Order: sequence, then structure tokens, then C-alpha cells
Amino acid sequence: MYRLCIFLLLFGIWIIFSGQFDGFHITLGILSTAFITAISSNFFFENRSHGVANRLHQIIRIPWYLVWMLYQIWLSNIHILRLALSPIGMPEVEPKLVRIKTNLKTDFGRWMLANSITLTPGTITIDIKDDELLIHSISNLTTEGVEGDDMERKIAAIFERETTN
Amino acid sequence: MIPATICVVLVCIGFLFFIGGAAGIIRFPDFYTRMHAAGKGDTMSVFLILMGLATYQLADFSLANILVAGKILFITIFIMWASPTSTHALIKAGFEEGQKLWTPDVEKEDSGE
Repeated sequence: MYRLCIFLLLFGIWIIFSGQFDGFHITLGILSTAFITAISSNFFFENRSHGVANRLHQIIRIPWYLVWMLYQIWLSNIHILRLALSPIGMPEVEPKLVRIKTNLKTDFGRWMLANSITLTPGTITIDIKDDELLIHSISNLTTEGVEGDDMERKIAAIFERETTN
Repeated sequence: MIPATICVVLVCIGFLFFIGGAAGIIRFPDFYTRMHAAGKGDTMSVFLILMGLATYQLADFSLANILVAGKILFITIFIMWASPTSTHALIKAGFEEGQKLWTPDVEKEDSGE
């Protein structure tokens, strides 16, 4: 069942990338997808205990999370643009190292949080040690943004439902 | 006509962000803040430019063009995945190597002497 899901996922990607629908290309796609599934399907998902309903829930929620992320990136990108073009001396640039604690339990959740923080302009994750993230932030505004737990709650709601409910 | 206009507007906004990123690399005071400009200005501007190109593709609506737009979407997702990783790798290397952190106070002390 798990392998079938991986096979269909990879085959969908093959269809998008090849764009050819004749017998030759479809056969090649099935063969290569089956080969990849056979040798490396174990690497795709670490935790397979999630039910189908849970996975569907994730698939529906992830695009919303991405849209929210894009909005955040847009806002802080404008902030960085203003900082970069501000007059000499840059009064608003106040770099700071911030340490925050996270409640996320899984590696994947923490990776998602660190990735989202780095993706948002103005904050970069330097290091993760267990549940503590070391973050470099460029100005007071972005420091406030990273100290709030908005992002963390959203990630927890998507990827760590069992532990939060 | 309308898709072409949307495309031009998106690409132009993307260029504006690129200019901000380039100016930031030159003007920000230290290694870390320059990394902000180098790694981040790109995510939004590349996203906007690629979305502009996808819109341009979809103006002529056919299956082949939808697939091309899908590929462009894949590039966007890949960039949002890879860009934070490379930024993190660079800044962690700099941090462990002991790059000094710039603060406004350091600047005042330097100019006072």
C-alpha cells in the first residue's frame, strides 16, 4: 500500500515532467518509476503510522500554510528592501542573536520551523540544539516576529496533530 | 493582452526586490546582515518572476502549456527548499569560524576613537 502510494506520486511527477502521452514514454515512465520505488521507497517517509485521513488533512493544509508563508515573506521582504535602501547609517539595522525554545517534537516539524524562519527575510536559523533554535535577526521588527509563536502553532497544527489534540 | 500585462508587472516587481537585495549586499555592515540580503531578496523576486512567466505561458491555454507552468511551479518549490538550506550552511560556517557580530554600539565606539 505504502509502495503503491510512492509509485503513484512518482508517476505523477513523471507525467508532469515528460509531457508525452504515447505508449513508449508511458512504458518508460512505469519502468523507471517501478525501479526507483523498488530501490528507494524506504527513504521517503520516516513515520508511516499516520492514517489516510491524517495525510489527507496534511495535503489540504499545506497549501494554506504556503500561502500564509508567502504573505509573511512578502511583508518582511518589503521591510528588508526599505532597510537596504535607507539613508547612510541605517538607523533601523540592529542585528541580534535570539534563542527561542520550540515545543515541536518531531525532527520534521523542527526542520519545517527552521526552514520557514530562514525563508522569511530578516531571520536566519544558525543552529538547532535539541529544542533550542539560535537565530540571527536583523532588526527589532523581525526580532518581534520571530519571538511570537504564530508559525510554530501553525506547523504543530499540520504536522503534529496527535500531540496537540 | 491581460496575461502579458500581469506578467510584465510581476517581473518588474521581482526586479525591484532583486535591486534591493543587490543594494543590501553592498550596503549592510557585516557578514550576517549581508547574508540576509543575499539569501532572501532572491526568494521573493525569483518567485514573482517565475509566476510572471507561468502566467505568460497560461495565456495560450493548452495541455502542453499547463505542463510547462507545472514545471515552473516545481522550480519555485525547489528554490524555496534549497535557498534556506544554502543560506543556513553559509551562515553556520561563518558563525563557527567566528565572524564578529556588528551592532550599532560597536560603530559608535569605532567612530569615537
